Formats: sequence, structure tokens, C-alpha cells
Amino acid sequence: MSGPVGALIYVLLAPLVGGMLGGIDRIVSARMQSRMGPPVLQPFYDVLKLLGKRPTVVNHFQNFYVTCFLVFIIVTGAIFFGGGDILLAIFALTVGAIFLVLAAYAPNSPYSNIGAERELLQMMAYEPMLLITAMGMYVVAGSFNVRDIVRFREGLLGYLPAIFLGFLFVLTIKLRKSPFDLSMSHHAHQELVKGLTTELSGPSLAVVEVAHWYENVFLLGFVYLFFAWLGPVIAVAATFAVYLFEMLIDNVYARLTWKFTVRVSWLAAGLLGGVNLLLVFYMFRGRL
Amino acid sequence: MHTIGFLVLFPLIAALVLAFMGNQVLRTVVVRVSAVLIAVASVWLAWRHLGGPAAFFALECHLLDRALLAGDVVIAAFLLYRCRGIVGKEAYIPVLIVVQLAVTAFAELGGHPAPVKAPLYVDGFSVIMGLIIGIVGSLICVYALAYMRDYHEHHDDIADHRRSFFFTLFLFLSGMFGVVFSNNLAWMFFFWEVTTLCSFLLIGYSRSEEAVRNAFLALGMNTVGSLGFAVAILYQSRFAAAPSLDLNGLVALGPAAALVPAVLISFAGMAKSAQLPFSSWLLGAMVAPTPVSALLHSSTMVKAGVFVVVKFAPVFRGTTVGLGVAMIGGLTFLMASLAAVTQSNAKRVLAYSTVANLGLVVACAGVGTAEAVWAAILLVIFHAVAKGLLFLSVGSIEHRIGSRDIEDMEGLIVTRRGLALVVVIGICGMFLAPFGMLISKWTCLKAFVDATPVLAILLAYGSAPTIFFWSKWMGKVVSVPSGSQRSAGGALSGDEWAALGVLATVTVLTTALFPVISSSAIDPYLRSLFGQGVSVYGANVAIMLVMLGLLVLIPVAFLFHPGKSALTTSYLSGANVGLSTAFTDSMRRPQVVSLRNYYLAGFFSEAAIMKWGAIIAFALILGSFAGLVL
Amino acid sequence: MSFLKKSPWVMHYDASSCNGCDIEVLACLTPVYDVERFGIVNTGNPKHADILLITGGVNEQNMNVVRTIYDQMTDPKVVVAIGACAGSGGIFRECYNVHRGVESVIPVDVYVPGCAARPEAIIDAVVRGLGVLEEKAERMKKEPRGGKVKA
Repeated sequence: MSGPVGALIYVLLAPLVGGMLGGIDRIVSARMQSRMGPPVLQPFYDVLKLLGKRPTVVNHFQNFYVTCFLVFIIVTGAIFFGGGDILLAIFALTVGAIFLVLAAYAPNSPYSNIGAERELLQMMAYEPMLLITAMGMYVVAGSFNVRDIVRFREGLLGYLPAIFLGFLFVLTIKLRKSPFDLSMSHHAHQELVKGLTTELSGPSLAVVEVAHWYENVFLLGFVYLFFAWLGPVIAVAATFAVYLFEMLIDNVYARLTWKFTVRVSWLAAGLLGGVNLLLVFYMFRGRL
Repeated sequence: MHTIGFLVLFPLIAALVLAFMGNQVLRTVVVRVSAVLIAVASVWLAWRHLGGPAAFFALECHLLDRALLAGDVVIAAFLLYRCRGIVGKEAYIPVLIVVQLAVTAFAELGGHPAPVKAPLYVDGFSVIMGLIIGIVGSLICVYALAYMRDYHEHHDDIADHRRSFFFTLFLFLSGMFGVVFSNNLAWMFFFWEVTTLCSFLLIGYSRSEEAVRNAFLALGMNTVGSLGFAVAILYQSRFAAAPSLDLNGLVALGPAAALVPAVLISFAGMAKSAQLPFSSWLLGAMVAPTPVSALLHSSTMVKAGVFVVVKFAPVFRGTTVGLGVAMIGGLTFLMASLAAVTQSNAKRVLAYSTVANLGLVVACAGVGTAEAVWAAILLVIFHAVAKGLLFLSVGSIEHRIGSRDIEDMEGLIVTRRGLALVVVIGICGMFLAPFGMLISKWTCLKAFVDATPVLAILLAYGSAPTIFFWSKWMGKVVSVPSGSQRSAGGALSGDEWAALGVLATVTVLTTALFPVISSSAIDPYLRSLFGQGVSVYGANVAIMLVMLGLLVLIPVAFLFHPGKSALTTSYLSGANVGLSTAFTDSMRRPQVVSLRNYYLAGFFSEAAIMKWGAIIAFALILGSFAGLVL
Repeated sequence: MSFLKKSPWVMHYDASSCNGCDIEVLACLTPVYDVERFGIVNTGNPKHADILLITGGVNEQNMNVVRTIYDQMTDPKVVVAIGACAGSGGIFRECYNVHRGVESVIPVDVYVPGCAARPEAIIDAVVRGLGVLEEKAERMKKEPRGGKVKA
């Protein structure tokens, strides 16, 4: 899809897709727990309900940070789905994520403060692997542009199997799934009350929800890149299978500590990501 | 050439005038006027030479060579005199100074290198350095007027040596201009020693035990480095196949002829830019007054160190030694970034961050491709501006809240809005897209992944902790305890506002204009060195401008339309005491909420990280030298 | 159309309950009753909640807590007092430290009798509470939006 068109489709459709995925997530989780679960459209009902609540803040800067969070997540996805530079998309994602962290710091509340610290630790944990993934794709596909990576016909997954595994690792962190949902969770994990979003309510919480939908669609797009060579139908199915796998992990594990998260993520980035990157570099450039 | 002469000599004259000027009002005038003149001159130089080829200026004057050698002797003598104040383990310092002087004299008096016809030159890179010294340096000198006034009000136990302080600041500017415009290695060496001298004098300004010890530490490590420089000059004067002290000519000869002096001079450069294993002097130098930290130890002097390493980048390209240099830089970047996470003292965070970013520049220089040098120069520009801004902000904050600890900066965005804004701009300018440092880091990543993926992996691991410690700091500044009010009193002076305002504006403008900077200044330099330039991908530039625009427009929009929201208190399990930040504890007493950032002291040990970093770096240095000899 | 009926988020607070009613509330979340079918989520955060399920009576120690939690909830909101203790103090009504029911501190919209109240009754109460919630939402839409400081 050509640049601006792809970006526009993303901006318009990603919330719908993201919300549906959220609904499917809740139903599948419920079935795993022998429950019925809510209707598939439940996340949309949640967001619409939140928009109807009275806007309330603890700190007058909160809404500014939350708005910037949404805007930059949309920018991230727009860059990605517009076929742009994958590294630029990752950097824009960082900007958005920082704004959410600032929104959690602003109210000076213990729970959201710890949520913010943990979110930063999570970012520190997944950053190396994410960058190595982008670099691996560059070395194999010859370009940092998503447009070119998608068109790479020889099969990214075959060249980057270890990077894919490492990426799944950090995907668990990014999608906020147990065992790495340290800073906030969509489930009833109440260790930090609601972590990052403790002091957000009403419309700002709705904005954060929608931003998370955009973010999830972006992340699944990343997963799609590994399967793009199989053709759109199979690739989408594979991506969905990965998402189901993440749901399984989420329901099986309890929340772990940040020390474990950082150590294991960095270990994975080095052993899986680093080694794979060096190998493909040698394969494609003939030297080390 | 007259402009270069002006830039080197005028600060010297200003320095001498200020040395005898006790009157505060007159000093203020002289400093402000000199700063403006220096800035204008460096801009004029840039205007004349940007985009054009390198220009060389012939000077027939053997007397000048001898005069500079005499200058080396004078500096050495003065330093030896000051070495009366050393303690036991610093005994190596006077020994090294004497050895270095002997080597230099032996080289200049005995050697017969081909005469350097054009000892002064201007090219794209040195013009950029000139702009940094002229604009950022001058702003810091203006800022220092207000800062030192507050400094002596707060510390009336420290003797007022402001005459020599400003003398040394301007002497330093003169030395820096000399370093970046010298084509003759011996001349550059003299100016290099001037900057070492200035650093020594300024670190020890307060004359406290800590300051003096750290001044000697800096002197010692820098002298170890400049011994390498002196040996390089000796080699080039006597032992090289084609003895010559012409810097640019040497670089043009490539690895075959220039590798030995390149390594030796880069060794000096890396000591001056506090790369591992020489990083401790920069950390210790933070005891100096903040303008010193900003000018010497982040924006300018340490940039001279990486300046020479980047100058030799074409010589390092494709060589094993170059790889060794790059690995030292990459290792420094990783280790210093990890160490910065554990620091709550704002100046130490800034110091570690400086060391880390300089490591990145050195890594680019070691890689030596056109892309890498492009990244290195961008890093130099953006880092000088943003770090200078941050140091100056921290200085102003320290004088107002009485602390340089990040934990004490809570709620600054309400209590001192202006200062908080410049700090946030500075922090964002250091790591966030679309600002310059991120652009530079991005180009580094691309350059590394094309040349040496191990470096790219080091960069990936190193940039993770940077996000953590910068965001932590920003979070503390924007975290507002309920009931916080705007602080009365302690308004910033005009000088401080000028410096902070201009630097903040420049941070944003250089980001917006970086394609222009790249094509007008850096690209021609790259073309002359490598025969090819680096172009900026138009679509990415457009996206980054959009992001910058959003970062400017959204706050403005919120300023005008804050929106109406009800106000409530933060969640403290319902035990809130009224509207305050306190809660009732289990013994029914009110406790104030006290929040502290994570410094991960148990997870990352600063001492262990720096120790292991130094050991590995030392091994890499030995390996590089061995690779050179074999 | 208000979406409150489709997505009522619940906060459960135990004032001074013996935990009997609390266990019954949590039983509603289990697969046997599964209130998530109605979109009900148990959030522990008053700022995210629409309905406050409160059990147990009010005593000296939790008087301020109950009021604070209620104030921190965003409008429109509804309080459901579950069990005899929350309604009137229950069998502890005569105790020196108990201030009778929750209504002495915050306005209650729905009462659930029982000791302990049954899950079916609790779910029924929440459904009735949704009706009250809708009414409040309608009223809120008509009044001008403004900021008032809440303690």
C-alpha cells in the first residue's frame, strides 16, 4: 500500500481492529478460565462509557501528556503502515511511551509513580531487542523501509528465527501480558492498584485505551513482517496465531519481578538477537 | 585568515584585560562585548567558508614555531610549579610533564620535518567546531557572570578569584580556536596544552581539598594522553618515512603512512574526552563551578579530544586498529550509560552522559566510513548544544533550590516554570525523537550496522539505559505534589536567561534545520575526504519536522485551551488527609508522601561497571598498540 | 445513549465486614456467576469505578476512607450497600465504635439485605444500580461542565 493511503487506513481502522482484538482477548481468556466472557464489542462499550464520565484530573498537565501519548502512537503506526522507516517508527513509539510515563509521574502518587518506574524499566528491557530486530530485518531485506521489508520474498522468518523468538519475548512486554505486565494490566492484577493509569479517569483513560489499541495493531504489524512472504492471508492468520499464543502466555503466568524481566530480556537480546544478527551479517556481507 | 587570527588572539586580549579588572560592572561589560564579538566572528568565518573547499593559510614564520615551543616550556614550568601541591600517588605527574617536555624539545630542535607551509586552515568540520566554541562558548561565558556572582554569595567561604577565573575562561577560548584551526601538529599541541592548563586551573578554583585533588587527577590523565601526542610529533619529526607535521596532509596519506601518529594522537584525544579507562577525571571535574563543567567538560574541551579522533577517521577506516578504537568508544558508551542510571546527582548524570556520547563519537571515528563521520559530526554539534543547555540549567536550578540532586527537583514545573521548561527541552534534546541527538544516534546505528554489527549491538544495549535515566529525571521535574505553588523570588538574571534562552532555541532550531546543516556544512567536508557525501532521506526529514511541529503546537494548544476538568486527590487507599499530599498511617498519624526514583544501585554497581570497563578498555588499548607494532 | 449499562465497572470496598459478604461479591466474579458477561470488571481504583460495592459498617477508622474513596470516584457514580452491616450496622449496630450503616457517611443508592447477601441478590442490586446510574448520567448531561475541588 502506498505511503499516505496506508497511513490513513491505519489511522481510521486501527482502533476498530485493536478494539476487536481486545474483545477477542477477553473472551479467550474467559474461556480459558471456564467462564463465558463479555461480548466481543465490550472494549468499545468501555471506551464509550469512559467518554461519558465527568473529566477529573489530579494534575492539570495530565491531559496534555495523555493527548501527546495518543498522537505519537498514531504517528508511529502511520509511519509503519505508510511503509516508512522502521527505526523512525520505533523512535516515535519511544516518544509516545515517554508521554504516558510522564502522565503517570505528574500526579505525584505512589502507585502511578512506581508504575512509571516499572514502565521505564520495561522500556529499558525491550529496547535492545527491538533495535536488533530492526537491524536484522535491514541486513536481510536490504532496507529499513517497511515497504521494502514487506516485499522481501525470500522469507524473513527463515533468516531470522532467533530474532523472531527474541522479539516474541519483548512482544509480551510491549503487549502488557503476564509475566511482564509490571506497570499496568488490563486484567484484575491489582498489585499496584492500576499502576500507570491509577490517577487517570474518564475521558483520559478512554484516550489511553484507544492509544493502546493503536499500539497493539502496530506491534502486530511488526509480527506480520516476519510472515509477509507467505502472502497476506496466511501472514494475517500467522500473526493472529502469535496473538493467541501471547494470550495463552498471559493466562498461564503470574507477574514476575522487574529484575527478572530486565535480565532475561537482555539475555534474550544478546543470545537470540545478537547472535542471529551477526550470523545474517556474515551471510549477507561475507564478513563480520 | 584574519578572522582566524582574530578568533585566536582576541580572546587572549580579552583574557588579559579581565585579569586586571576587579570592577564587576566593567567586567560585565567586557565579557558581554567580547562574547558578542567572538560569536559574530565565528559566524562570519562560517559564512565565508561553509560549503566551500578547505582553505589553507600560509604563514612564513619560523619564529612562531620557536615561540610556541617556548610557550610549551612556560606552561610546563608553571604546571611543575603548581605540582608542589601534589600528594604521594600523584608523583607521576611532574615526571610525565618533564618527559613530555623533553620529547617535544627533542622533536622540534632535532627533527627535520618538511616545513608546514600553511599552519592555519579552515574546513567544514573546523568551521563547525568554531561555531560551537564561538556561540556556545561565548554564551557560557556570559552566563558565568551571573552564576559566579550567586556562587560567591552562597559560598562566602570560598575566596573570590573571579579575575583569574574569567582570564582563564577566555584564555581557554583562545586555546580552543587554536586547536581547531591548526594545521601544524606542533601548533595544535601547544594549544592543546593551553586547554589542559585551563582545565587544571578551573577545576581547582575553589581551592578545596576535593577540588585540588580532582584538578591533579585531570591534569595527570590529560598529561598521559598528551605524552602520546608528543611522541606522535617526535615520530613525525624524525622517524616517519616522510617526516611532516602537516595535519591535513597526514590524514590524506591514509593508513599506510599515518596510522602511527593517528593512534598516538587519538590516544591523547581519548584521554582528553574521558574515554575508558580515563573516565574518572571527568566525573571528578564536576566539583568545579557549573560554567566550567558546561564549557570545558561537555561542550568544548572534551570536543577537542574527539575532534582529533574524528579528523583521523579516514585513516582508521578498515583497519584493525580502527576497530579497536571504535570498540573502546562503544564500550565507553555502554558502560557510562549504565553507570548514569545509578546517579542522583544531576551533574554526575550529565558527566556520565557526556562520556557516553563522546564514546559514541569515538566509535564512529574508529569505523571511519563517510556515514560514520557524518554521524560523528552531527553528534558533536547536537551534544554540545543540548549538554551545554543542561549544565547551565542545572547550575541555575542549584542556586535556586540549593541542591543539585534530582530528587530535590520535584515539582519544578510548577515552582519554577521557566527553568523546568529549559531542563525538559535539554533532556528531550538529548535522547528523544525528533531532536538532534536522536538523529545522530540513528545515523550512528545505520553506520554501525553497515560496518561492524558488534558496535550496533553495543549501541542498542547502551541506548536502553539512556531512556531510563533521562525519563526518570524528566518525570521528577514534572511530578507535582498537590498544593505546590510558584516560587517567589530567585528570578533568573538577564545573563542567565540570555544563555538559556538562546541555547534552548538553538536546540530546537538545529533540529529543524539539520538537513540544511548537513548539506551545507558536513556534506562538502565528507566529499572532500571520501569523494562521496551522505544525503538525507527526504521523507524521513518531513516526518521528523511534523513530529517537531507537533511537539511545539500541542503544548501551545493546551496553553490556550486547558480544558475544564474537576480536580481531585491522588489515590492513597482512601487515607488522604484533606487536599494535601499526606495520608493517615496505621498509627493514625499524618505522613507526607515521599517518592523517590529508582537508582538500581543493587542491580548496577557504578564502581564495578567502571572498573570492568576500564580493564577491558585497557586491554583494547594494549591490543591496538600491539596491532600497530606487529 | 449511555454506555454505562453496558460497561459498569465496579469497585469493591470492605469497610468493617466480617468478609462474609466480600466472599459473596467475589463469588460473582467466578465462573459460576461470571458477571464479566455484563461487562462488569472489578477495578480496585475508585477513579475507574462507576459502582461502589461496599460491605460492612462504618467505624472510626474507615469513616474518612469511605468518604474519600467515594469522593475520588468520578461522576456519575452509584453506591450499593451490601449486607446488613452496610445497610444499618447489622448485628454490630450497638457497638461503641460502629457508626451504623454506610449511609451515615455517603449517599447510598441500593441496599442489599442479607447476612451474608447472596450473589444473586448482589447481581440484582447491581442491575438496579445501573438504572440509577443512567438517571444520574442524564442529569449530568444537562448540567454545565465545571470543575469543583473534591477532597
